[in-house]
Amino acid sequence: MSERIVKLIIDGKEVFAKPTDTILKAATDNGIYIPTLCYLEGLTPHGGCRLCVVEVKGNPKLMTSCTTPVSNNMEITTNSPKLVKYRKQIIELLLSERIHTCSVCVANGNCELQELASKFGVDHTSVSRNWERFELDMSHERFVLDHNRCILCTRCIRVCDEIEGVHTLDIKKRGKDSMIIVDLDEPWAASYSCTECGKCSAVCPVGAIYIKGKHLSETKKKELPEFIVRRRSR
Amino acid sequence: MKPEEIQKIAETEHDLRMAYKYRINVCCSSGCLPFGAQKLLKAFEDAVKELGLEKVCKVARTGCVGTCSVAPVVLIDPGNHLYQNVKPEDVKKIVQEHIINGRVLEECVYKNEAYFSKQYRLILRNAGKIDPLRIEDYIAVGGYSALAKALTHMTPEQVIYEISLSGLRGRGGAGFPTGQKWNFVAKSTAKPKYVVANLDEGDPGVFANRTLAEADPHAIVEGMVIAAYAVGAEKGFIYIRSEYPLAIQTLKKAIEQAKSYGLLGNNILGSTLNFDIELRLGAGAFVAGEETAILSSIEGLRATPRPRPPYPAVSGLWGKPTLVNNVETLANVPLIILNGGAWFSKIGTPKCTGTKCFSLTGKVKNPGLIEVPMGITLKEIVYEIGGGVPEGRKFKAVLVGGPSGGCLPENMLSLPIDYESLTQAGAIMGSGGIVVIDDESCIVDTARFFIDFCMDESCGKCVPCRAGIPKVKEILDKIMTGEGKVEDLNVLEDLSYLIRDASLCGLGQTAPNPVLTTLKYFKQEYLTHIVERKCPAGKCVLKKVEVIKE
Ligand SMILES: Cc1cc2nc3c(=O)[nH]c(=O)nc-3n(C[C@H](O)[C@H](O)[C@H](O)COP(=O)(O)O)c2cc1C
Ligand code: SF4
Ligand code: SF4
Ligand code: SF4
Ligand code: FES
Ligand code: FES
Repeated sequence: MSERIVKLIIDGKEVFAKPTDTILKAATDNGIYIPTLCYLEGLTPHGGCRLCVVEVKGNPKLMTSCTTPVSNNMEITTNSPKLVKYRKQIIELLLSERIHTCSVCVANGNCELQELASKFGVDHTSVSRNWERFELDMSHERFVLDHNRCILCTRCIRVCDEIEGVHTLDIKKRGKDSMIIVDLDEPWAASYSCTECGKCSAVCPVGAIYIKGKHLSETKKKELPEFIVRRRSR
Repeated sequence: MKPEEIQKIAETEHDLRMAYKYRINVCCSSGCLPFGAQKLLKAFEDAVKELGLEKVCKVARTGCVGTCSVAPVVLIDPGNHLYQNVKPEDVKKIVQEHIINGRVLEECVYKNEAYFSKQYRLILRNAGKIDPLRIEDYIAVGGYSALAKALTHMTPEQVIYEISLSGLRGRGGAGFPTGQKWNFVAKSTAKPKYVVANLDEGDPGVFANRTLAEADPHAIVEGMVIAAYAVGAEKGFIYIRSEYPLAIQTLKKAIEQAKSYGLLGNNILGSTLNFDIELRLGAGAFVAGEETAILSSIEGLRATPRPRPPYPAVSGLWGKPTLVNNVETLANVPLIILNGGAWFSKIGTPKCTGTKCFSLTGKVKNPGLIEVPMGITLKEIVYEIGGGVPEGRKFKAVLVGGPSGGCLPENMLSLPIDYESLTQAGAIMGSGGIVVIDDESCIVDTARFFIDFCMDESCGKCVPCRAGIPKVKEILDKIMTGEGKVEDLNVLEDLSYLIRDASLCGLGQTAPNPVLTTLKYFKQEYLTHIVERKCPAGKCVLKKVEVIKE
């Protein structure tokens, strides 16, 4: 069977995609930029950060492009003033949810949130900022888990579960109190399941999981999950 | 069991019922239990025995009658005489006078024509009339005859056709056309398929689904089996919160009885249909009632919503086609199959058919669980059924749709109850919570109360809801303590739009409703807090600020 191709219009431009593609993939393949944060190629899409929302003609709801499959004759807008405003607001909320003081952060210069903030011109927040401090988990000889920078994107959880296959990391509590945990909320050093592969630190978009004594520019590898998935499927 | 046998049981049971001249229904649902309903039941049984009336008078346990505010309640038939606030010491007198002397004790009877006259009890048709723990009682009033009809005289397509024709829409809140949803699941080719009955009911102050399960559990079971036949499912789950022990017990018993009668299991009523139901208990998170979170929870994962598409109808439980319906939706199904979709479509309004249960609470004279035809106005509900606000107080607003509903002012009371009108006004049908607010309540405080609820119940998966709602609450707190600024109202509105439009699931998407509607209809009260630094209701303690003189 020859592969079916669907036609869609993104920002007025006619593009073609496979019916199994997401809107994000169709856009990216055609050089159209949609910001993302929780999405990482090779991992199951999460749909949590909501940065990638787009407008689909005829649909009153905004759709996350990282999770929504394309369909024939879809008309998509990726950058209306409303969408840009919402994206700025989301970045502001993320920056004010935990303590983000870039100048003293290990991720300064290697951070996807920081990058997005500067791309969208977010240089202050219209909402107040939280300054509640969480204790760092420095128990492990190699890894550091710093909740003060975590944006709860769950990339670390997904890479650990789906790629490494151990599911050491998860979330405890809910809502604003959500927190990344190791095993059943143990100090990292006490974890039985962690294989110390370091994939979590490779995919963490911010400075929340990192390796002691190494510069983030050496340890971050966003393309790792996609690379492994591609290799495996060969 | 064969379909004819259902008919036989119904006839025998009917004759048994008719053999008694009187039937004393003692409500033993959650509203009456804390007021000694169980003792009352015993007292009536004893009294009837003592006076030698066992042949004349049947004493039965029933579910909620709908007047929990005057609990405990006893309903004596024939004549539908509703005795209120019955005490064990009154029992003998009631039996003596009512049964032996044939005189109704008017002074003990609930007198409120308006409360019932505007209601239309379809879903709650059997509540207060049958013993929920006896399947025979349900069969006696026509129960399971719809299933027999569907299995013997209708194809699955015809069942779906009738449901579509009826215009029935989901009672879980969103109002999605039920027939259309069934059709999607029926058309999905993957197997096995599942049916999930949603009885999570996480909204505070809402108890319609619980009441239904406690009073008429078999209506839910029968609705589920018919649904399973229509969509081709083999397995069903009833997802119920663990805070509902009596409803759980009642449903468990109902499932057991249905199994023993061959109404669940293999070859139901001699047909080729195999279908089983399992109960799944939730841990009481509001978000777990969202239709994709419920799937995660049943699968044993954290109850967090998943992005749609894919919809459960295509990829639900364990990736298989799954029908998720509210229990109230399902309880309508047997009636539609028996009486036809055309009959049902004439109840309510053309676009919004049937009836809906509402939990009427707050500052009204007659709070309780009511069932009304769609299209009834808010005014009729608040003033006629509810009797208006208690003496000496003034009506201020009515919150429609639970914690994420809209706060509507007096001049909107002529609004008819249907999905479209409510949404347009900024409210929602939700799970049917109506809270009446009087002039003693502060509007800002009310909005804050519900925002606080949604903040605690946010699952935390998506940023607008997780990080945005706490900021909304923070601003409301500021306004209530006298630290608000006029500009804050803009931030409040902007944040609300983001949360409404960009959140992943319905919790976040509707959470700003109380804020947005109060800003729309009661802006002055916000400004009074901010500019005049006063709370018109006298609720908020506003900090004094020293005015610095130039
Ligand atoms: C936060 C949230 C909570 C919900 N809780 C319930 C609930 O307790 N019971 C329910 O039937 N539907 C609930 N829903 C609606 C369901 O997602 C779904 O629409 C419904 O169960 C579908 O059934 P229906 O078509 O019969 O209404 C909830 C939705 C949201 C967003
Ligand atoms: S994690 Fe990123 S945004 Fe946060 S403080 Fe560090 S560099 Fe800045
Ligand atoms: S630790 Fe990093 S990868 Fe994990 S959830 Fe937090 S920000 Fe995301
Ligand atoms: S809207 Fe709130 S409850 Fe729903 S997925 Fe997002 S965080 Fe969770
Ligand atoms: S990238 Fe799509 S929701 Fe985060
Ligand atoms: S529980 Fe008895 S009347 Fe409602």
